[in-house]
Amino acid sequence: MKKYNTQNIQKTDRIAKLLDDLFAKMPEIESDRAVLLTESYMQTEDKPIVMRRALAFSHILHNIPITIRDNELIVGSSTKAPRSCQVYPEFSFEWLEGELDTVATREADPFYVSEETKSELRRIFPYWKGRTTSELATAYMAEPAKTAIDHNMFTPGNYFYNGVGHFTVKYDEVINCGLNSIIARIQEKLDALPVSDPDYSQKHEFYEAAIISCNAVIDYSKRYAELAMEMANNCTDSIRKRELMCIAKNCARVPQYPADDFYEACQSFWFIQQLIQLESSGHSISPGRFDQYMYPLYKKGIYDGTLTREFAQELLDCIWIKFNDLNKCRDAASAEGFAGYSLFQNLCAGGQTKEGKDAVNDLSFLCIGASMHTLLPAPSFSVRIWNGTPNEFMIKCAELTRTGIGLPAYYNDEIIIPSLMSRGVTLEDARNYSIIGCVEPQSPGKTHGWHDAAFFNMLRPLELVFSNGYDNDVKVGLETGDISSFTTFEDFVAAYKKQSDYQVSLLVNANNAIDVAHGERCPLPFVACLVDDCIEVGKTMEQGGAHYNFTGPQGFGIANVTDALYAIKTLVYDQKKYTLEDFKEAMNLNFGHGLTEKFAKRSTEAVVKTLIQEGRDIDENIIAEIYKMLLEGVCTNEQKEKFKLLHNDIDSVPKYGNDIEEIDLMARDVAYIYTKEMEKYKNPRGGMFQAGLYPVSANVPLGEQTGATPDGRYANTPIADGVGPRGGYDVLGPTAAANSVAKLDHSVASNGTLYNQKFHPSALSGVAGLQKFVSYIRAFFDQKGMHMQFNVVDRDTLLDAQKHPEKYKSLVVRVAGYSALFTTLSRSLQDDIIARTEQTF
Amino acid sequence: MDYLKAKGRIFDIQRYSIHDGPGIRTIVFLKGCPLRCRWCCNPEGQNYKVEYMRVNGEMKQYGEDITVEELLPKLICDEFYFRRSGGGVTLSGGECLTQPDFAPHILHACKDLGYNTAIETTGFSTWENIEKYLPYLDYVLQDIKHINSQKHKEFCGVENEIILKNAYRFAQSGVDLTIRVPVIPGFNNTPEEIADIAAFAASLPNVKNLHLLPYHRLGEGKYEGLGREYLLHGIEPMDKNYMNSLLDVAKKSGLQCQIGG
Repeated sequence: MKKYNTQNIQKTDRIAKLLDDLFAKMPEIESDRAVLLTESYMQTEDKPIVMRRALAFSHILHNIPITIRDNELIVGSSTKAPRSCQVYPEFSFEWLEGELDTVATREADPFYVSEETKSELRRIFPYWKGRTTSELATAYMAEPAKTAIDHNMFTPGNYFYNGVGHFTVKYDEVINCGLNSIIARIQEKLDALPVSDPDYSQKHEFYEAAIISCNAVIDYSKRYAELAMEMANNCTDSIRKRELMCIAKNCARVPQYPADDFYEACQSFWFIQQLIQLESSGHSISPGRFDQYMYPLYKKGIYDGTLTREFAQELLDCIWIKFNDLNKCRDAASAEGFAGYSLFQNLCAGGQTKEGKDAVNDLSFLCIGASMHTLLPAPSFSVRIWNGTPNEFMIKCAELTRTGIGLPAYYNDEIIIPSLMSRGVTLEDARNYSIIGCVEPQSPGKTHGWHDAAFFNMLRPLELVFSNGYDNDVKVGLETGDISSFTTFEDFVAAYKKQSDYQVSLLVNANNAIDVAHGERCPLPFVACLVDDCIEVGKTMEQGGAHYNFTGPQGFGIANVTDALYAIKTLVYDQKKYTLEDFKEAMNLNFGHGLTEKFAKRSTEAVVKTLIQEGRDIDENIIAEIYKMLLEGVCTNEQKEKFKLLHNDIDSVPKYGNDIEEIDLMARDVAYIYTKEMEKYKNPRGGMFQAGLYPVSANVPLGEQTGATPDGRYANTPIADGVGPRGGYDVLGPTAAANSVAKLDHSVASNGTLYNQKFHPSALSGVAGLQKFVSYIRAFFDQKGMHMQFNVVDRDTLLDAQKHPEKYKSLVVRVAGYSALFTTLSRSLQDDIIARTEQTF
Repeated sequence: MDYLKAKGRIFDIQRYSIHDGPGIRTIVFLKGCPLRCRWCCNPEGQNYKVEYMRVNGEMKQYGEDITVEELLPKLICDEFYFRRSGGGVTLSGGECLTQPDFAPHILHACKDLGYNTAIETTGFSTWENIEKYLPYLDYVLQDIKHINSQKHKEFCGVENEIILKNAYRFAQSGVDLTIRVPVIPGFNNTPEEIADIAAFAASLPNVKNLHLLPYHRLGEGKYEGLGREYLLHGIEPMDKNYMNSLLDVAKKSGLQCQIGG
């Protein structure tokens, strides 16, 4: 007999209908949460902040509209309309206030807003002036850090404007013990707390707030029980009536009590997953090792005959759809960086148990089945691979990859476990890791990892070397000296390191300021009940209550910086064919290449504005001429010729991504400049900084903020994706590219690395194709690669989707650490995805 | 002489090939071929002498003399992939049988490293020569282009008797053998011609697989780059349905047949 039941299960009609309904309308912004939150806050100004948070959470859960959608088996919706979002003004609101009238028509992730919602939001926004985490964070930040942010050296925007999120809670405890038992545990701590305890006030408030929050969640589930019963009573369809009665029964029991069966476990899981995301706007609330903690009740049901594989599959499919029912509206700039309406709810399967045995079970296969059935961007589905992962599991994963949905992402236990241990995580906790958000590993249920803390553009310090620390005449870096003073390549690299180190210190300042602001203004008492050691120590996660604490900002641009340094080493210092001044001149004039259409337009507007201010007469012809000049490049023909030669020479210097030892080792050192510097710093929660190496999708918008660079990259164009080579410069195929990537020291980037590849479907055709594909991943992992994910879709399909978006509404592509609907991405990001080297076989 | 010092002439190395033998493979293209197939998509590999071909507007050299020792690092770099997939190294060309003082030593070195070894061959060589390769060879992909010797000579420059004979000897030697047929319009793409080839392949002892490789035009630009005339100019590739009908014909031989490698 085979060890696992790997047989595919037919998708039910219910799932098809739920999917249709999910995409029937454009996502909407709803104001209920913001209004209720504001009401509560206005009445609790005399109370400690953690209590105010609990009371507001409770007020919201008792009053927010609830709905059960047609055909649902798992219930709990944060908004009336599907795929819609609530507003979280306690973190920031100015951007939304400013964008209310444009958010429906913007390019990346548009949301519909009704006039009524607009006026509701406009009514409450003034209350929040001066009360948000983002304003407090700004007040705490050092001036040079603010300047650096203004100049896009790094962007801590994620937590600056939103909740923090990025954790996995103890779903297993809620499912197996129920919230009642957690409340009892808190009550015990409260009863045992001596009034003389030096932290009595803080702990006492926290415990009371925690109990209020848990009770609010229980009451919320009871509201659903009542609604379901009411709907059942009015339902004429006998089948649906029975379903609704079952929903009512489930909601009356969980999450208050331990789940009795697999269905209740699913409902209990979902309420927790949903409501964490109503307490705060923090994203990347990741379900973690779902196939592990859901398995005992699955197994029990299958063994005692009360559960069929088919029904379990349908329930998983329903949960998968619910993940996509939640949504988040970000400011226009962030929306580009996180394009695709993604909440990064990362769900993990496979890997090892805490004891180091293989963890794959039948439910792991059903998880793959659910992604296969729904073909939706959420959940971000990750699989953990180790040397003992069964081949049949990997083959099934490869079948999912072949659908082109960009899932699953493959992670290497053999590198991640030691990497986490090097950060002080115990062996058992490290073996139990799961993935957060895009690619970030953590020990679930006990970590506040602050992953995704900021984007650090590794090319910007390189620009500062050429400008001696200035950006548009503003000093944002250090004065490392005029470029003529760098007599050796080592001098040049030392200057780069100095500039980078300085920006890292500013990033740390900015992140820590935001960290403190969240602790003071938005502690989260409900989440604290579900993460160790918050109850034990009587503190929320934001105040340092978690067992493990980290801050994980991610650097990107390794390929560009490496190629740039190697070009400079070769052409300036080895061959002495050019000087650094030659590079500087060419970069300033964008290699004579003119600007992108978007920037030519933007610059034209700026120039015209200045001319008008100077009182010049401007007509359309002049404007057209300025535009043309900017588009074609403002330099002499002689310069153009010179720059072209330089650009050709840069292009012919060997590049990262081709398995060339010398360059790959340089890439390793380039990564160290960022990753090793980061480890030196601490955060206010008592944890360390740990670097990641991935850009989410920020390599496109942040590339737009970056001038031409010595690797030959033109101004305002995308930066390389993840730790991969620059698109089109890896010319020896996927093994050579993967070998280059594997030579980076991934374990030092313990906040995660991201290696994205685009494969043609023919690469995975037939059983033999799948097997070779699996071998390819295994061989990359043998070399200590950390992560791999794939876009499997042909170029023609993508081009056609750009032309006829209406035909491709549900086309999912892997963006970077997550999957998104292709047609919702901005045009430039679409172009970038198309331009990524298509690996064919 | 130390076999690692053996020197020969190659014109390309292609990594991550998954259509030329088991697993993930690296193909080494050896220079020089006794045949002149009109459709050849590697014309830069036909002459043994070093040649220059214009690629994307630039003249590029084809043909590099290299020792086995120098070649090895270019193969070892993908060892992880070979091991995981059961893959290895395939010698192609040109015709790798034309370099008997070099090619067998590459195979020997690969066997020492535990890689699977394969050759893609026309089979046009003396058997004494081929025997030098056999001890180090796991897998042979041999082309059978036509059963009619005259037509073979007309399109490939040589008669086919020795080729058919060697196919039989390969089959008898115990090496794993797959027969490949480049399907070329106007040469061998009638159902009868394919049926003849398939019947021949099926008559070989131990042969189980037949691959039909549809004609493509990817080599046409190379002829221009070499300043040579492309004799099949204007010939269109066959459509999918027609290829499938030929596949059905081939299957009647009882062999396991597929389109593509």
